[in-house]
Amino acid sequence: MGLDIEANKELVEEILEAYPVKARKDRQKHFQVSTQEAIDCGTCAVKSNIKSRPGVMTPRGCAYAGSKGVVWGPIKDMVHISHGPVGCGQYSWGTRRNFANGTLGIDNFTAMQVTSDFQETDIVFGGDKKLEVIMREITEMFPLAKGISVQSECPVGLIGDDIEAVSKKMSKELDMPIVPVRCEGFRGVSQSLGHHIANDAIRDFVMGRAELAETGPYDVNIIGDYNIGGDAWASRILLEEMGLRIIAQWSGDGSLNELEVAHKAKLNLIHCHRSMNYMVDHMEKAYGIPWIEYNFFGPTKTYESLRAIAALFDETIQENCEKMIAKHKPVMDAIINKFKPRLENKKVMLMIGGLRSRHTIGAYEDLGMDIVASGYEFAHKDDYEKMLPMLNEGTIVMDDPTAYELEELTQRLGVDLVGSGVKEKYVYHKMGVPFRQMHSWDYSGPYHGFDGFKVFAKDMDMTVNSPVWNLVNKKEKIQPEGASI
Amino acid sequence: MSKDNLDIKDNNNLFKEERYVQQRENKKQFEAPCSEQETAEALAYSKSAEYMEKNFDRKSVVINPHKACQPLGSVMAALGFEKTLPFVHGSQGCNAYFRSHLSRHFKEPTPSVSSSMTEDAAVFGGMTNMIDGLENSIALYKPEMVAVCTTCMAEVIGDDLNSFIGNARIKGAIAEDFPVAFCNTPSFVGSHITGYDAMLKGILSYLYTRSGIQATPGSGEGTGEKLNVMLGFEPYTGNFAEMRKILNAFDTEYTILGDHSGNYDSPATGEYEYYYGGTKLEDVPLAANALGTLSLQKYTLKKTQEYISGTWKQEISALSTPLGIKGTDKLLETISEMTGLPIPASLTEERGRVVDALMDSHPYLHGKRVALVGDPDLLIGLIGLCLEIGMEPVHIVCSNGEVDFNDQKFKIEAEALLASSPYGSEATVHIGKDLWHMRSLLLTDPVDLAIGSSHLKFAAKDADVPLIRVGFPIFDRHHMHRYPIIGYQGTLNLLSLIVNTVLQQLDDNNSGFNFELVR
Repeated sequence: MGLDIEANKELVEEILEAYPVKARKDRQKHFQVSTQEAIDCGTCAVKSNIKSRPGVMTPRGCAYAGSKGVVWGPIKDMVHISHGPVGCGQYSWGTRRNFANGTLGIDNFTAMQVTSDFQETDIVFGGDKKLEVIMREITEMFPLAKGISVQSECPVGLIGDDIEAVSKKMSKELDMPIVPVRCEGFRGVSQSLGHHIANDAIRDFVMGRAELAETGPYDVNIIGDYNIGGDAWASRILLEEMGLRIIAQWSGDGSLNELEVAHKAKLNLIHCHRSMNYMVDHMEKAYGIPWIEYNFFGPTKTYESLRAIAALFDETIQENCEKMIAKHKPVMDAIINKFKPRLENKKVMLMIGGLRSRHTIGAYEDLGMDIVASGYEFAHKDDYEKMLPMLNEGTIVMDDPTAYELEELTQRLGVDLVGSGVKEKYVYHKMGVPFRQMHSWDYSGPYHGFDGFKVFAKDMDMTVNSPVWNLVNKKEKIQPEGASI
Repeated sequence: MSKDNLDIKDNNNLFKEERYVQQRENKKQFEAPCSEQETAEALAYSKSAEYMEKNFDRKSVVINPHKACQPLGSVMAALGFEKTLPFVHGSQGCNAYFRSHLSRHFKEPTPSVSSSMTEDAAVFGGMTNMIDGLENSIALYKPEMVAVCTTCMAEVIGDDLNSFIGNARIKGAIAEDFPVAFCNTPSFVGSHITGYDAMLKGILSYLYTRSGIQATPGSGEGTGEKLNVMLGFEPYTGNFAEMRKILNAFDTEYTILGDHSGNYDSPATGEYEYYYGGTKLEDVPLAANALGTLSLQKYTLKKTQEYISGTWKQEISALSTPLGIKGTDKLLETISEMTGLPIPASLTEERGRVVDALMDSHPYLHGKRVALVGDPDLLIGLIGLCLEIGMEPVHIVCSNGEVDFNDQKFKIEAEALLASSPYGSEATVHIGKDLWHMRSLLLTDPVDLAIGSSHLKFAAKDADVPLIRVGFPIFDRHHMHRYPIIGYQGTLNLLSLIVNTVLQQLDDNNSGFNFELVR
């Protein structure tokens, strides 16, 4: 499918006309219409990972959201302190659906909000003393907690609190890992810096601290899967069926011990490259562990990924891999046979965090759907360069698109399905445009692996083909019969 | 849909399959988990009186608090005014959180922008961000007013909103006469209700001052014999409709000051418009001449009430959320006193019907022990409702009640209300406490029902108590906010929710012989 390159370039220009001159010049740099040349050489001119314009409705969040909300929060047997005023912890409480096994409040602390609830006096006198008390109280309240992380909110950095010193002191006193994470929301331009800071904290405070009883040739880690709707479980089951032994799962349903033994793996398998690439790079340098990016969205990409992973191991694994694919393929084909006729040629627009705008493309294509525009909230240059070769000519590539831009693009491109976040979701309901919330699978899932694709296909069909969209009184539909429009 | 053998299982069922159960067990070898015995012991300990004592002894850590921060309330207040764009001055993550949080409750979009301050603004201040932000947001989203609040970042570095907005005018980023209301909403003071109050007062005082009108309350100038009504931090769009119904039945004229029900209950028409409904901006200065102001959240709206009585010199009648028969009686009596109009027969008749319904249901509710969580004004209403049906409030937790020793008006009022009825004799009011405290209370001194927001579901589950979702936020049930909980109709809605939860429980827990047809 080819889209009209020139027309789409004009479209973008037209949409940007609404901005004041300075903001327009800036926003222009964040768009590109894919051409064959760009697709072939994989270079992308889109500017990314720079500040959002003030006053636009950016989809982006902050570094705290990247660290506590994404990376650290799902580590289930540690208590994560939202250190600062009450709001940040409250808003990130349980909302990313990182499934974890365990007893909540006893040996699993994921869906909880533990905060220092800063008051004015803490701002004036500093929160360090209070932080010490909090840590002691945490061990009283949660005797089975394996460790603590301190997720700093904006004021902590601004008033100059020394959370590192407090953590060091209390780690000794309480005899457990206590990790200070400098993820204040004003740092950087999006969640992305929060991921990086969180990764650095894992590197500096927990990596390599424990040993495995025995290691084996098939020991691998799952890196960058947050187990939303059970994604990591649906992925893990395939890798184990192939004969690999997963010694650590980062960070969905993850535990402190898994962070500490991961350096013993023979290979790192990374799903969300955007949020955890820092980690695999470091482990490659420090421990010589190679890594491979994989994609378990949709059968085509899953087969490719499974084979690429198997190719790094011996024939036993490769045979297992082929056997497994042969076993699952008829089921996947049946899913496609059922849903593809209902979804074929539907136009999809994606605007998701930092990975899924690229990783999910294959899954839509397996169902015969066309991506007409795709963008990220907080991606970097390499994400765009990896995305471009997956696109057809004329597809609009966008970075940090504003609410205004997304709405205009949806209408002018005649999009049949939008995949984005909860802030965007209800706008599309007003517009009568089918929408899936693709940060937490619209409270469904899993979407990873073969079990996940079944749910994905069913959800996309349900969304695109629901009769509810036909009930909307779109302007042209409420014209009385025979009236001229 | 046609039947097929594709066996598509969602997460609820998929992970119950044996292969996943085995996977979970297998994963444990790498988790270094606590033993099953240790976990069981810790769980039992967490339910003990000894644990509760430690829990109530903690001084600093806050666990599962039932409150959000100021600017979230401020965004809600801004959306109560016609074509007004909320503008959050500070780092952009906060705004993303407010938009998500409010949207998760109402299942509606939340248009709001931020000045996207980063490290450089932390050092040099956020003035450039403010100026660019105002220019961009007005060009893109075409509001007729912008309402600026602050985050803790802007507060800590001490940004001066008034001078920044003034400089934006001087630099031509916004027109000289374009209204920009503002307020300070540090997240380390108060909670979402404090922020609602700050922005409501900010908008009222700003629009009034710039109009140049002199308040002559009750003069009728430009207002007729209008009444001002404020609902406050209101998570129920249905409550606005119910309040309008009541006021219309009185046949009085009124102005609702801060009405976000349009923005949070807009139609799906095929087009999205950013702004729906809201109090008209030109009605605000005229409201200074109204015959009086009725406030339905007296603890939430403290500063706004002070402003109206102080600057507009207006009579204020401040109630808490009017729930239950007596709460609604009080509301109607107050409206009648303020307007001089009699209580309409239609409402008296409605009262009778709802009282009838309470009589029908009371046997299933009488003596039921209840735990309550919420904001102060809602709690006063809920306590009143419980007492008049013969339900017994036992544990009452208010994370954002005043903890200051000298200013515990809410606690004093709640305790007096409880003391007024034999059904309130067992109750304890815990202010400044959180839902982890509530968990201990529920486990050591069990109740039959819990009433509160979705956040209470974790403690309610641990205590195996059914949760009736009332308040904010309700994330895990749909459309609750569309049905009023105030007035006689709201009382009926709450009664239905509560009694049918109890009846469902009877069916769920039946022993076979008592799976009864008629109740």
